[in-house]
Amino acid sequence: MSAPAAPLLELVDLARHFTVRSPFGRRVGWLRAVDGVSLQVRPGETLGLVGESGCGKSTLGKTVMGIYPPTAGEIRFAGREIGRLPRRARRTVARDLQYVYQDPGASLDPRWKIGPLLHEPLRIHTALTRAERDREVRAILAAVGLPDAHLDLYPHELSGGQQRRVGLARILTLRPRLVILDEPTSGLDVSVQASVLKLFRSLQETFALTYVFISHDLSVVRAMCAGIAVMYLGKIVECGPTARVFEAPRHPYTQSLLAAVPRIGGRRVTWDFALEGEPPNPRDIPSGCRFRTRCPLAQARCAAEEPPLRPLDGRTVACHFA
Amino acid sequence: MAELLAVRGLRVDFATDRGPAQVLDAINLDIAAGEVVGLVGESGCGKTTLARAILGILPEGAARIRGGEVRFRGTDLLTQDPAIVNERVRGRAITFIPQDPFSSFSPLFPVGTQIMDLMKWKSPRAREQARPAALFGRYPRGRHRADHEAVLEALRAVQIPEPARAMRRLPHEFSGGQRQRLMIAMALLPQPDLIIADEPTTALDVTIQAQILRLLRALVKERGVSVLFTTHDLGTAHELCDRVVVMYAGQEMEAAPTDAFFGRPAHPYTRRLLESVPGPDGLIRDIPGEVPSLVTPPGGCRFHPRCDHATAECRVERPAPRELAEGHRVRCHHPVDAPAGAGA
Repeated sequence: MSAPAAPLLELVDLARHFTVRSPFGRRVGWLRAVDGVSLQVRPGETLGLVGESGCGKSTLGKTVMGIYPPTAGEIRFAGREIGRLPRRARRTVARDLQYVYQDPGASLDPRWKIGPLLHEPLRIHTALTRAERDREVRAILAAVGLPDAHLDLYPHELSGGQQRRVGLARILTLRPRLVILDEPTSGLDVSVQASVLKLFRSLQETFALTYVFISHDLSVVRAMCAGIAVMYLGKIVECGPTARVFEAPRHPYTQSLLAAVPRIGGRRVTWDFALEGEPPNPRDIPSGCRFRTRCPLAQARCAAEEPPLRPLDGRTVACHFA
Repeated sequence: MAELLAVRGLRVDFATDRGPAQVLDAINLDIAAGEVVGLVGESGCGKTTLARAILGILPEGAARIRGGEVRFRGTDLLTQDPAIVNERVRGRAITFIPQDPFSSFSPLFPVGTQIMDLMKWKSPRAREQARPAALFGRYPRGRHRADHEAVLEALRAVQIPEPARAMRRLPHEFSGGQRQRLMIAMALLPQPDLIIADEPTTALDVTIQAQILRLLRALVKERGVSVLFTTHDLGTAHELCDRVVVMYAGQEMEAAPTDAFFGRPAHPYTRRLLESVPGPDGLIRDIPGEVPSLVTPPGGCRFHPRCDHATAECRVERPAPRELAEGHRVRCHHPVDAPAGAGA
C-alpha cells in the first residue's frame, strides 16, 4: 500500500456518558454508551460500524455530529478538533458533516414542495443567488436520479423510494465531505435495499464522499465497507479491513456475530450456534472484559483486567486470548 | 403428508380512496401437517393479508373477500359459522406470533395474568367443559390449577428463567428476546395444529434471532405443529423452513422445497430476488422498476413489467401452476431451468 492519506475523521478515546437519575432527580449512576473509542476514517473510505442494539453505535455517530457533546476524548475532523467548538464555529463544520437517518424521506416537511425543501440548506449555509442555488439543486436532483419536474411536487406525491432520494439530495446540496449513515437499510426489502446501496455507491463516486456506515446487518457491511469496527457495550472489540475480519474473525464476539447470520445455501446456523444470553444492561457493565459474561473463552483474568486493543494479524483486537 | 390447510383462489380487495386495491389475486397455498412453510416476498406483496385472511381477522369494512376458500382440516373457514370458528379455530387450532413483541402485551398487567386470561378462553382443557366460558364467568379451580401448571411448563420450554417469578413481572421487565419467547409460549399453549408467525424475528438482533429460530424450530418439530412463517428475510426462511412460497404483488409465483427453492429457482422473480441479497463478492444487483400499484395492477402475470423474459402472453394471461418436480410448482410461462446463480 502507498503512504496512507491523513484521516478525515479521527476519534481519540471518545466517550459519551449519560446520567441515570432516580425519580427524584438524584443522580444514581452513569450509562456509559460510548466509552473510550479510537477510530480513523480516511477520505473516500467507507467504515462500517456494527454491533447489537444498545452497543452505542448510534450514540457514537450522534456525538461525532455534535448532537451530543462528548464527555471525554477528541473528535478531529480534517485535522481540527471539533468536539468542543463554540456554537457559532461549530456551525461552519456542520455543512461538511451530514447525518442520514434510517428513512431520510420521513424527515421531509409535508407542507413544503420539493424545490423549497432542497433550497433551504443552501439558503442557510451559503450566500448563493437564487439562480445559482437553482442550478445546484437541479444538478443534485439529477445525481440522485429524479426528474426536474419533481421540484413542484409535494413529498406525499412521491413514492417511498423517491422520497428517500429527495431526503438524500437534501443532505448532498451542501456538498458534505463526511456522511454518517445510521441504519440506512434496516426494514427494507432486499431488492429495495440493493437499489439504495447502489445509489450510495454512485453518490460516493460522484461527490467524493466518505461514509461511516452504521448497521447491524453484516452482509450489507461486507458488501459496502472497506473497513469494519465491531462494537460491544460502548467499546470497540475488533477493527480492521472488512475482508480480513470476515475471513478470520479473531475476537470471540465477532466470531459469534458472524456465525449468527443466516446464510443461504450454507450450513444452518441454528444447528450449531452457541452464543447464549443477551447483552448485559449498559448501566451495569461487567468488570474487566465486557464480553466475558457471554464469552466461551472467559477465564479469571478476563474479570480482573480489561484487554486493550492490540494489533494482531492485520487488525486490532481487544481480547486476552484471541 | 396429510393436508392441513389449503387456500384456493383467494381474492381479497381493500377499499382505498382511489378505488379497490386487489391485494390478493387468486392465491393458492398448501400446508401439510407438521410442515414449516415460509411465505416470502417484499413488503406490500400481501403476506400479512394472507396470514390475516387465514386467521379471519381482516379489518372489517376495509377488506372484502371476493372469492376462493380457506380449507382447514377439510372445512372452509370462510363459509363456516363465525361463532364456531371463534370458539374452535381462532386462537385454539390456529394461533399467532406477532411481529412486534413490544406492543403485544398490555403494559399494565403482569404477564402471568395476561397468559392466564388467554388460558381461560383458549386452554385445550376448556373443551372438556359443558358450558363455554363467559366474560364474568368463574374460572373452574381444577382447570385453573392444571392450566397454571401448563403455563409454567411452557415457560420452562421457552427457557424463561424462574418461570413462577417471571409470571408476576410486568412486560417492561423483559427484554425483546424474552418477550418473543413469551409470545412463542403463548402460541404453543392452546396446543394448536397451525401457528402463523408474522415476521417474528425482524425486531431482534442477529444473535438473539439465531437463538429464537433454534428454539422455535425445536419446539414445533417436537410437537408436530405446522407453521406458516412470513418473512422478508430470505436467510431466516432458509434457516427455518421445509418449504418456501414466494409472493409478488398479491400473486403466488413459486412454491418449492427449501433446497430446490434456493438451489434451482425457476421463476425469474425468485431468481432476481435471490440475486439482490448482498453476497460476499460485494456486487449489488437490484431489480429495475418499482412494485406496481395494486389499484391498477398490470394484467396477466403481475411481474411482467419488470421481467426480462416477458412476452405478449405474459401481459394477457396469468400462467397456470406448472409442476416441475415433486412439490416444486411455478406460475410462469417461461420458467428458467438452471441452478441458482447461473444468470436469469
